Amino acid sequence: MTFKSHWRKVVNLVMLGLTGVCALVTVSVLFFILGYLLWYGGKSLSWDFFTKLPVPVGESGGGMANAIVGSGKLLLMASLIGIPIGLLGGVYLAEFGGQTFSFIVRYTTDLLNGVPSIVIGIFAYTIIVIPMKHFSAFAGGLALGVMMIPIAVRTTEESLRAVPNVLREGAFALGTSKWKTVATVVMPAAMRGIVTGVMLTLARVAGETAPLLFTAFGNRFWSSGWNQPIASLPVMIYTYAIAPYEDWHRQAWAAGLVLLALVLLANVAARFVVSRGIALRKA
Amino acid sequence: MATNASEKARASAGAAAIPNGWPADIKMRASGLDFFYGVRQALYSINLQVPLGRITALIGPSGCGKTTFLRILNRMYETVPHARPKGEVLLDGEDIFSQDVVSLRRRVGMVFQKPNPFPKSIFDNIAYGLRINGMKGNTHDMVEKSLRRAALWDEVKDQLHKSAYALSGGQQQRLCIARALAVEPEVLLLDEPCSALDPIATAKIEELLFNLKDICTMVIVTHNMQQAARAADYTGFFLMGRLIEFNKTAIIFKTPAKKETEDYITGRFG
Repeated sequence: MTFKSHWRKVVNLVMLGLTGVCALVTVSVLFFILGYLLWYGGKSLSWDFFTKLPVPVGESGGGMANAIVGSGKLLLMASLIGIPIGLLGGVYLAEFGGQTFSFIVRYTTDLLNGVPSIVIGIFAYTIIVIPMKHFSAFAGGLALGVMMIPIAVRTTEESLRAVPNVLREGAFALGTSKWKTVATVVMPAAMRGIVTGVMLTLARVAGETAPLLFTAFGNRFWSSGWNQPIASLPVMIYTYAIAPYEDWHRQAWAAGLVLLALVLLANVAARFVVSRGIALRKA
Repeated sequence: MATNASEKARASAGAAAIPNGWPADIKMRASGLDFFYGVRQALYSINLQVPLGRITALIGPSGCGKTTFLRILNRMYETVPHARPKGEVLLDGEDIFSQDVVSLRRRVGMVFQKPNPFPKSIFDNIAYGLRINGMKGNTHDMVEKSLRRAALWDEVKDQLHKSAYALSGGQQQRLCIARALAVEPEVLLLDEPCSALDPIATAKIEELLFNLKDICTMVIVTHNMQQAARAADYTGFFLMGRLIEFNKTAIIFKTPAKKETEDYITGRFG
């Protein structure tokens, strides 16, 4: 009897310790990365980094202004493609879909989510770059936009499903049509979850390198419009980090830090905007 | 007095469209109404007349079909897949199943078991129905009028732009009544509106329902027999999908015609 209760306590302690250690490992990996980036990136960061173009090898100084703007443009294009399709697709699945077609859409979405990003890059290469015979910001934006769709669809669907049915019925009972109910009651109630999902997927594609390598390609100068090769922070990091120059490595660290900071900033801004509305009370 | 109330209630209903031969004191009528969830039959040949400008209570044990019946009256059952009525339900002499469902629900409002305010401000909750239905006029005045009718104005007039979730449960339910009243329905369906409320909040709602008889016809589903006895003019007793008895409330509670009714109201089962 006493042995048994003793044993139970030991097992309890061991399990508690194990889960604690794993939780610690999770956060320490993140803080290790953050600390490393802050240390090395911060050291190399200067005002020039945000305002100047890259300089040829051998010259010191220069920055990645074109890559910062380029990443912004690529993400804008990706959002214009990925968010409307993902949002409306999620609304369809949660509010309007039937059985068979919804199953197919949901299954396909999950498959698309599992497609390696380089394959998505090849897809954009095949349908945009080859016919146009040159790399372009548009092709890169399309590749990233396609990557955004699955998570946007599924998080929108989940967020809408979490809205209690009594709210829908409350709107129906006032003589509100289905579409208006979704647009004016259900979507606002689910907005926090939807925005979180969209920010997640935006953050994910912001760091994608592979699909940009043969779509947006890269550019050491300013790129105007959507029809030319364009620089982006992840591709710059890739190029600079594998180059054999000390100076370029420092620039790569700085670029990593800036990329992370921009994603965090966008996240915080979006949450701030959403948090000003009235939250759905948890039942 | 009685006819006066029904005339007032009818006056708000646009009486012109009512066909000849439709009784002056009846608002809705179900005849030979069956109802199915898939293959399971939930209602059997219900015949019931909802009197105009009166409160009609539906009582009965859980699962007897009273809520199902209520949700037919504004076709809310349509949100459930494979739900299917058979028979006839008339509103002012017109078949509700062949009408446009959106305009039917605009005329037949509903208050639910649990308060379900929208995640918006108090003001926007009431104004919602007005905006959706494109109503003209001063929105603020209409909101105030609805809140006064629901006996909530004095409690919330200084916090109209606060979240509706800041209100207590009883206040939220009155807000939901005000929201339903804002679109000026001819019939108001109430599905156990007090089941989540304490006795004081319940008394407030019963009192306000009494005062609403002038402007609309009400049908209330309740588990609480005292509530039916206090608030309702007419009472119907449901049992296992059948309407056992329907009559004036005083008759149902004092001299019921059927043994099942007597057993239920005296607490011998249910």
